[in-house]
Amino acid sequence: MYRYDEFDRTFVTQRVEQFREQVARRVSGELSEDEFKPLRLTNGLYLQLHAYMLRVAIPYGTLSSRQLRRLAFIARRYDRGYGHFTTRQNIQFNWPTLGEVPDILAELAEVEMHAIQTSGNCIRNTTADATAGVAADEIADSRIYCELIRQWSTLHPEFSFLPRKFKVAVTGSGRDRAVTAAHDIGLRLKRDADGRTGFEVLVGGGQGRTPILAVTIREFLPAEHLLSYLEAVLRVYNQLGRRDNIYKARIKILVRETGTAEFARLVEDEWAHIRDGDLALPEGEIARIRDYFAPPPHEALDDACPELDAQRAANRAFDAWVRSNVEAHKRPGYAVATVSLKPHGGIPGDASADQMEAVADLADAFGFSEIRVTYKQNLLLPDLRKRDLFAVWRGLTEAGLATANSHRLSDIIACPGLDYCNLANARSIPIAQMISTRFADLEREQEIGNVTVNISGCINACAHHHVANIGILGVDKKGKEFYQVTLGGAADETAAIGDIVGPAFDEDAIVGAVETVVDVYLAERRDAAEPFIDTYRRIGIKPFKEKLYAAR
Amino acid sequence: MPLVRNGAAVQDPWTAVTTADQLDRSGPLLVTLDLWRTHRDRLAGRTGPLGLLLASDQSPALVADDLDRFDLIALEFPKFTDGRAYSHARLLRERFGFTGEVRAVGHVLRDQIAFMLRCGFNALDLDERAATGWDTATTAFSAWYQPATDGQAPIPARRRHAAQARAAAAVIRSAPVRPEPARQPDPVGSAVCAATWAY
Amino acid sequence: MPHTAITANRLLDGFVIYLTAVGGWSESLADAAIAATEAELDALQAAAERDARAGRVIGPYAFDVQPGADGPVPLGQRETLRTLGPSVRTDLGYQATRR
Repeated sequence: MYRYDEFDRTFVTQRVEQFREQVARRVSGELSEDEFKPLRLTNGLYLQLHAYMLRVAIPYGTLSSRQLRRLAFIARRYDRGYGHFTTRQNIQFNWPTLGEVPDILAELAEVEMHAIQTSGNCIRNTTADATAGVAADEIADSRIYCELIRQWSTLHPEFSFLPRKFKVAVTGSGRDRAVTAAHDIGLRLKRDADGRTGFEVLVGGGQGRTPILAVTIREFLPAEHLLSYLEAVLRVYNQLGRRDNIYKARIKILVRETGTAEFARLVEDEWAHIRDGDLALPEGEIARIRDYFAPPPHEALDDACPELDAQRAANRAFDAWVRSNVEAHKRPGYAVATVSLKPHGGIPGDASADQMEAVADLADAFGFSEIRVTYKQNLLLPDLRKRDLFAVWRGLTEAGLATANSHRLSDIIACPGLDYCNLANARSIPIAQMISTRFADLEREQEIGNVTVNISGCINACAHHHVANIGILGVDKKGKEFYQVTLGGAADETAAIGDIVGPAFDEDAIVGAVETVVDVYLAERRDAAEPFIDTYRRIGIKPFKEKLYAAR
Repeated sequence: MPLVRNGAAVQDPWTAVTTADQLDRSGPLLVTLDLWRTHRDRLAGRTGPLGLLLASDQSPALVADDLDRFDLIALEFPKFTDGRAYSHARLLRERFGFTGEVRAVGHVLRDQIAFMLRCGFNALDLDERAATGWDTATTAFSAWYQPATDGQAPIPARRRHAAQARAAAAVIRSAPVRPEPARQPDPVGSAVCAATWAY
Repeated sequence: MPHTAITANRLLDGFVIYLTAVGGWSESLADAAIAATEAELDALQAAAERDARAGRVIGPYAFDVQPGADGPVPLGQRETLRTLGPSVRTDLGYQATRR
């Protein structure tokens, strides 16, 4: 993974000192809250319902065990002993005090971490597919390009006061595991006919009030032009994005109002001026970054692993976990394991300091000391020998991290909701807890198969409910919490926005509604091999509507 | 409001005018885009320095052909969160080659100083408090990651230079002692001095 | 007009606080000043804004309350949660420390 050099270390250290000084000016009253707010946001510090919240960047979701241990330390020393992993591969601490935040940032800087630009109207953490570097089907490691984007976008003098936040995602394979269609810029790695590496460039995806899928403005952008092209997109957006209405300020609105072809033309016009300038990426520079992501020293192993087979045959719980949580690795004899942060009835995405350290220990013992954070608010051990999976599973079980529900119904993405967030209209976590408890039977979950359930506590859609197979949106109706269901969304390369199924359900009815949806799926599916989303696409919304609102 | 130009606090010699009846004033005159468009011939024929004030939704591209008539382009930040003028300043310098004064006016606060200077502003009409923080604001970071208008070598270029210097030093250390060769031009050193940097 | 009170967040730790009748801020809603008329609300809001401008509190706003024997009770879900803490972690927030 990327390692800081003297320039990176100096930079984050200077950033900490700058923020320390800005906090001092705020506390002394020299800076008003209005003046301070953008400064604290670009250091990841929000004010939430009960306290401040600090969002720490985990660039493209990659962590070393040392870094994960530092996060555990920060949780204990400066917070309430836990952290929350997010859909953008970051971590949030919910109880920091203003005065201690510079100290927290200093702790982070020591382990090559920061909270730069995790909030504010600037370019945010560039996310990647969590299996970058190990996925069997990848074209190239998306993290190489995420790191190049990270550096280019850090404290960019021209793009630090954009109309609104800006999110970029890069996927390294034809399978989109980075939700590129829902990002302001989505980059899909590909090779052209001559074998050159490049990107399909999509712009204008986003959720919130107006969910829109990104559109392609360039079919193939050679890798050496990555940064100059992004600069052109940002320059067009910075100048033309709406500044009169925060609900219309994202690039998705600009693309829609301008029209895709015209928007692409504006970008290409700007790009023509700068494509061969200072931002051109020589192959040497790409190679230099690529070297940081060289694979660890894998052994030459057979893919067949009789020990693993025997262990699975002897232990049903372990076998279930392998079936749901373990994925193929590009190297024979290796595997990728999801560390579930979704215990049935638990808070999705939360991990205690003890749990973080347990994962760090397992990564050290079995996984080349590397951990990933996934879009689904889980962790991942990307580099395990198949024959070590049983030991890993036992370690995870001890730490309460071995729920065999990866990609299953109870692998719910939930935003913090009204329990934590100022913007929310309804609580989301308790709904997630009730649903995951109702479906806590592993065999039943296996039977239902893969289905995505996302719960957002407000229209900002931080849990991405629009692109969930079963999306739930919390709304406030006359002071009471209600839950609106959407069906048929998808976050992968077949991306789709879900359809609203009908009137919202209250807190007592929502779990039953999800049950009904599942029952319809099970009744209508062709066979167990047809996943929920395929059945939905085949039969449409009507059978679900009918059953859900039959009594009404 | 203290005006800082090229790092020094100066008196502002410019008069900003907003109505046609003020156009007869002598001395450096800063006019709005509207006034320029409406009274172009009259202003073009005028002696004395002329400046143009652009609102944040007015791109310098609108006056690209007339830029040589202006000694000053003032770009407005109506709120410091309106960042359009950063792009406008860069376009003025890098696209249109404007070499006059590019001034930030409006809501110009201390924590935006470094960004403004990097984007090609060389004059800032500062908030009172901002002026006292000038040194801290301009020295907070010793290097930046991306190329900008100011021509500072971005970090990736500095890395390459540092790597080349290390490689050169290694060569020198490993070479046997011999008489000093004739002075050669230093490609690495002169590259350091180049105004623009390859990434 | 429903009865209203003013809440904000404290600058240094971001904790929830309420404007009191004597013009200070308290962590406890029971201490909050209650406005029964528009004029009273205006006065409370002016005091809150002054404190916000002076930098001591952040983002004051008025919310509806029901006066009660044991003190005012918020009418909204958000403000109820603000007196307690996260409903999913009853070991955190005021609900834990006020026991």
